[in-house]
Amino acid sequence: MATQAAFMPGAQAKEQGVLWSWLTTVDHKRIGILYGSTAFIFFLIGGIEALIMRLQLARPDNTLVSAQTFNELFTMHGTTMVFLAIMPMSAAFFNFMIPLMIGARDVAFPRLNALSYWIFLSGGLFLNASWLFGMAPDGGWFGYANLTSAQFSPAHSIDFWMLGLQILGVSSMLAGFNFIVTILNMRAPGMTLMRMPVFIWMSLVTQFLLVLAFPAITVALILLMFDRFFGTLFYLPSAGGDPLLWQHLFWIFGHPEVYILILPAMGIVSEVLPTFARKPLFGAPVVIYSGIMIGFFGFGVWSHHMFSVGMGPVADSAFSIATMLIAVPTGVKILNWISTLWGGSIRFSTALYFSLGFIAMFTMGGLSGVMHASPPVDLQQTDTYFVVAHFHYVLFGGSIFGLFSGAYYWWPKITGRLLDEGLGKLHFWLMMIGFNVTFFPQHFLGLIGMPRRIYTYAPDLGWNFWNMVSTIGAFVIALSFVVFIYNVIKTTRTGQVAGPDPWDGRTLEWSIPSPPPVYNFARVPTVHERDDFWLGKYGDGHGGKPRGAPAPVTAAELAAIHMPPPSYWPILLAIALSIMVTGIMISAYQIIVGGLLTLFLMYKFAMEYHRPPEGHGH
Amino acid sequence: MADHAVPHAAHDPNIGTTGLDHRKMGMWIFLGSDCMFFGSLIGTYLAYKGKSLSGPGPHDVFNIPLTSYSAALLLASSLTMVLALAALQHNRVKAAAGWLTATALMGLHFVLNQVYEFWSFAVHEGLKLSTSLFGSSFYVLTGFHGAHVTGGVIWLLLIVSLALRGKIDARDYTKVEVAGLYWHFVDIVWIAIFTVIYLIP
Repeated sequence: MATQAAFMPGAQAKEQGVLWSWLTTVDHKRIGILYGSTAFIFFLIGGIEALIMRLQLARPDNTLVSAQTFNELFTMHGTTMVFLAIMPMSAAFFNFMIPLMIGARDVAFPRLNALSYWIFLSGGLFLNASWLFGMAPDGGWFGYANLTSAQFSPAHSIDFWMLGLQILGVSSMLAGFNFIVTILNMRAPGMTLMRMPVFIWMSLVTQFLLVLAFPAITVALILLMFDRFFGTLFYLPSAGGDPLLWQHLFWIFGHPEVYILILPAMGIVSEVLPTFARKPLFGAPVVIYSGIMIGFFGFGVWSHHMFSVGMGPVADSAFSIATMLIAVPTGVKILNWISTLWGGSIRFSTALYFSLGFIAMFTMGGLSGVMHASPPVDLQQTDTYFVVAHFHYVLFGGSIFGLFSGAYYWWPKITGRLLDEGLGKLHFWLMMIGFNVTFFPQHFLGLIGMPRRIYTYAPDLGWNFWNMVSTIGAFVIALSFVVFIYNVIKTTRTGQVAGPDPWDGRTLEWSIPSPPPVYNFARVPTVHERDDFWLGKYGDGHGGKPRGAPAPVTAAELAAIHMPPPSYWPILLAIALSIMVTGIMISAYQIIVGGLLTLFLMYKFAMEYHRPPEGHGH
Repeated sequence: MADHAVPHAAHDPNIGTTGLDHRKMGMWIFLGSDCMFFGSLIGTYLAYKGKSLSGPGPHDVFNIPLTSYSAALLLASSLTMVLALAALQHNRVKAAAGWLTATALMGLHFVLNQVYEFWSFAVHEGLKLSTSLFGSSFYVLTGFHGAHVTGGVIWLLLIVSLALRGKIDARDYTKVEVAGLYWHFVDIVWIAIFTVIYLIP
């Protein structure tokens, strides 16, 4: 019976073939692993693009790549890192961890979850396929109008970017709907909202940002698509159109997007610090409120990306004040993290190293952010390497450090084996040093006038030394990831077996075996307090006694668990959707065929479990 | 209504912690997201209002009586949608199928009116997508609304086809309720579009 086979990955694999079982999986843990490994590959591709750029800029008047190739490299580097690396790496943790941390057996819509992944994969492949056709996007990651108009970008390069982002947007929004419902509606008994782990809270805020911010860029891209294919005039100044419309729509999405990238990392750090300080998170409710406030304010600061377009003193002042305000909840969080460490009995694990790196680097990025919250300062810094330094401090120093903290922290839960701590610390120090050597000098370069996005520079501008330093740093970062990959390969074979709770953790995911069984929880837990698992182990220190080991799970309980069987409709639907969308570049017939196929598969998808037997899965 | 063959909440795998059905909550969140979608399109229309350099203006082309009739159709279809859900919850499947068909037909009529409207604007009034900013923003905004209605019509007709084949009964009322949420939302968006674009000079 299919539902029975779904219990035992081994049996299932034998029955169906390993490849087929992954293509049709609806298990949130497997989908999380797919997200994580795919995102890491895209992260390496984006990293290689960065290395080529750094090589080109190492010396003045360098001729390693042409100006055109350089444009393609920085466009694809930015697009890849934002949409194909950081977001899906966060999605990997959402997928794997959200059900485990709220005490659920899966997400609310397991097949929709698989669909999100397959659409993400096709969007990523489509975007990168542009390299094979020699038509990589070259309009910058924010693709300002009217550079992207048919007049100035006649080739399909912009189409790859525009359609690729729309495909990825569908994936993100589907995942957003799924995770919001999962978090609100799949919590274990007793897991009230304020007892949810902070990572879950930050994930929830992130999902709301996703579903509310992506429509704005979707509209911006649809208008661009109509301009390029159907002769509309939205971004055409000659017809009265205003290119600033693009900037507004893009940044109404783009600024919440910044928090979409950073909030998951903040959530991870909020789990790692209490675990390794062996103390509850200092002021956890305030950290949660701050995260919600950041989410709200995130929608009210977009025009600080546009001070240089001349919006006038009133708009400039309003957005400047809002931008400075958003630093307050961020600062509150930093204070809470530091206070969590204060007086804790700290164990310096690799995961904690990365979290500490996150706090330090993100604070620096935040400080330079407050600097260009002021319009006069921003006018000096905008479009220079100072801004490049700033956003790498928040996105690399922030998001990537945070995500790798999560990787080292949850690796044993995901794989059942610990990563090597020695190699992990080597990875950390190489990355930390390489990161600062690469990006700190870019502050100087920006302040002495080096603009962004230039493919080379004259030797007598005083930029030679720091550019060379920055390039050397980039290769140190690359080396750090070689160490990480070696660590992964080595420990996959010979790594120390982790056991269910290697870090003496506080949250529910540590109460089950590593890697967790398909059904996660043999018995759905009942939650009494925040950090319930920890309090169950040690008592609350105020007279509350530790709870003993729970009664063993009976065979009857196991037999009563029903998990959804695999499904091939998600991957087929993702393929059909890609056929439809890419038809815009090829032929109207392909759009029609792809559209009908999508409709048909949506119907089949919906009808697969039209009438589940009573008490069975979704 | 609890005694009308509605499944007991405690045994329904779709009912979650909050007591809401997953699918219903998911639809509400989708609608919140779709508000931002239409908000961006309406914002674009308003930003470009009166900025066209050439071509006919809104009140040179609008046929308010026809569009009012369309609006009335769509509003009336919300009533039949409610009746369809009520009928299904009382396990009157045939009646539900009838009300759903009426809803879908009114939606279809709305879409056909829109097709006629677009055709007459393009042919008689010389307003095309590429004529002016008004043409661009008007067609894209109302066209995406029309696409939403079309999607809803297809959805409703698929439910009707299930009902006719005896594959829907009171146990499945949530599916109709979720489709109904979508349908009412598309109606409400039309009230906003009709007011902001057609009625306000």
